[in-house]
Amino acid sequence: MAERRWLRRLAALLLCAAPLLGMAKDAAPAVDDPVLEARVLRVAAELRCLVCQNQTIADSHADLAQDLRRQVREMIQRGDTDAQIIDYMTARYGDFVLYRPPLRASTALLWFGPGLLLIGGVAGLVVVLRRRSKMAPDRFDPDELDEETPGTLKG
Amino acid sequence: MKSLKFLIPLALFFVLVGFLAVGLKLDPREVPSPLIGKPAPAFALTRLDAPAQTIKRDDLLGKVWMLNVWASWCAPCREEHPVIVAFAKRKLVPVYGLNYKDTRPAGLGFLSQLGNPYEASLFDGDGRVGIDYGVYGVPETFLIDRQGVIRLKHIGMLTPEAIRDRIEPKLKELIGELNG
Repeated sequence: MAERRWLRRLAALLLCAAPLLGMAKDAAPAVDDPVLEARVLRVAAELRCLVCQNQTIADSHADLAQDLRRQVREMIQRGDTDAQIIDYMTARYGDFVLYRPPLRASTALLWFGPGLLLIGGVAGLVVVLRRRSKMAPDRFDPDELDEETPGTLKG
Repeated sequence: MKSLKFLIPLALFFVLVGFLAVGLKLDPREVPSPLIGKPAPAFALTRLDAPAQTIKRDDLLGKVWMLNVWASWCAPCREEHPVIVAFAKRKLVPVYGLNYKDTRPAGLGFLSQLGNPYEASLFDGDGRVGIDYGVYGVPETFLIDRQGVIRLKHIGMLTPEAIRDRIEPKLKELIGELNG
């Protein structure tokens, strides 16, 4: 009986370890040089995968993303700086490849649009509230009293 | 005047519809290439059919040529292929293939099965030249002028319409540069 329990425990342990086997394949290059690999991932996280578009090159399993990661790795090994690698990618794929678009005349709306919308919204709100506060009280409907619970306003 | 105020939301609605209509027409997959107007990246690749023979970019200077990126594993390429074959038959410009991330046997099999429109196919097994050309989805097609400058990039399948509306006008312009 005791033997069977041990067997069961061993089986459970092996099952728990099974996902590790699956991971081992993906993580293979990291074994060589974790520092290098961390930098590859950091640079790749700045770059958009052009096939899947809403993933970074670091996240994507697309073939092209793997090739571009390899390219980044080789450029780092060659001693290129991060800026050089980013330049290399934008020369080929355009600004689109950057997850953080550069500030240019053509992207100004992208950068400042949300702020402008916020300012516009707040300004509109202020104008409306001011105008209302100056209105005579008889311009508003009187608050209706809630019949079910006397003494409170209808909400 | 005041009575027309209720039309403001309606007007805003039409503005929104306008934006959405424009947005529908845009293709988010069409990434504008920064390579237009720039010298075609240099390469030295072996021919698909002759591993010992190398073709360099500079070998092709002095003529207008088309570079069609294809692969045997790419289904749209298969669909596009008859269009390329028909286009190459007209002999307007030499068409070169870039056999992208493929294996030689598979690439050669594709051509023997579907016909070979290419002057030569350059074998880019690891896709490095593809990266230099900013290739992100095959098929892609480039037009390169006599000075070796990329003048047009077409992403996706070439259709007879695309040939008529995009490729031919550009070719006329490029070939006209010689006479003019």
